[in-house]
Amino acid sequence: MPWPGGGSTPVVEAAAAVPDETDRRIINALQGDFPLVPEPYREVAARLGLDEAELLRRLDAMLERKVLTRFGPMFQIERAGGAFVLAAMRVPETEFERVTDQVNAFPEVAHNYRREHALNMWFVLATATPEGIAETTTAIEAVTGLPVFAFPKEREYFVEMKLHA
Amino acid sequence: MPEAVARSDLDALDRRLIVATQAGLPRVSRPYDAIGEALGIAGEDVIARLRRMLDAGVIRRIGAVPNHYAIGYTANGMSVWDVADERIDELGARVGALDFVTHCYRRPRRLPDWPYNLFAMVHSRSREEVAVRVAEIAVLLGDACRGHDILYSTAILKKTGLRIAG
Repeated sequence: MPWPGGGSTPVVEAAAAVPDETDRRIINALQGDFPLVPEPYREVAARLGLDEAELLRRLDAMLERKVLTRFGPMFQIERAGGAFVLAAMRVPETEFERVTDQVNAFPEVAHNYRREHALNMWFVLATATPEGIAETTTAIEAVTGLPVFAFPKEREYFVEMKLHA
Repeated sequence: MPEAVARSDLDALDRRLIVATQAGLPRVSRPYDAIGEALGIAGEDVIARLRRMLDAGVIRRIGAVPNHYAIGYTANGMSVWDVADERIDELGARVGALDFVTHCYRRPRRLPDWPYNLFAMVHSRSREEVAVRVAEIAVLLGDACRGHDILYSTAILKKTGLRIAG
């Protein structure tokens, strides 16, 4: 996929500093299979023709600039005994700010997006136990005074990191 | 209702290892040794436990998560589809395999408010490009699809990632 950029698309979030060619090669090389060996960065750096210090410096810089949101193991929380669910609410425009603050105050709310639809607030709840989902949903309804629609995953068709930098 | 499976046979040390690494791996030459030091175990034990969790699917992958916006994917459309129940699994697998679909799930309808049972997340450079890709999905689904919508995100209200309590 060609490097996307240069368009006039409105950016929803403040744009982070643009990664250069080497950064992009690092991002693409680190999409998975990070080596489980004593000196993994050295191995990745060698593959990319960089030295280890340069790789570490660039990784730190990309995390700092939020080009990367994180670097490490991606846990499948359900397999660790936890649970998560996608949920949505229909929030009146005039109350959007209040409800955002109330919903975001729950540590169980991992992501929250505003979307263009009658159901205009979509968030992911993550809890350490399956019971925590229903408890949190009920608590959010109580605090906001609005119903929460839960959309638990019934089946996952394919999930893989496929975006190339 | 939550999408949980039975707790895997993780021991207390595995759970401490999850808590120690869920925010990220240390950027030092010997990161597994550094984690081991914090947990009071050898680096090779950290590697062995991470390997086992990868094999068990507790860890999906170890790597970098790019910020979609920072790498140019500024349009994010959640496409949602009302697909005939008897065909959704066959078609869902094909939609999920499209290279521009980053997540694809079957979820319950919430009638009458919400008729859609297939969710496919599409990331692109622009809304126009999202619309083109959604049209490709529509062609693939054909007459098994009774309706669809695209929900564009207009603001990230919160993004902290999935965490379990320490």
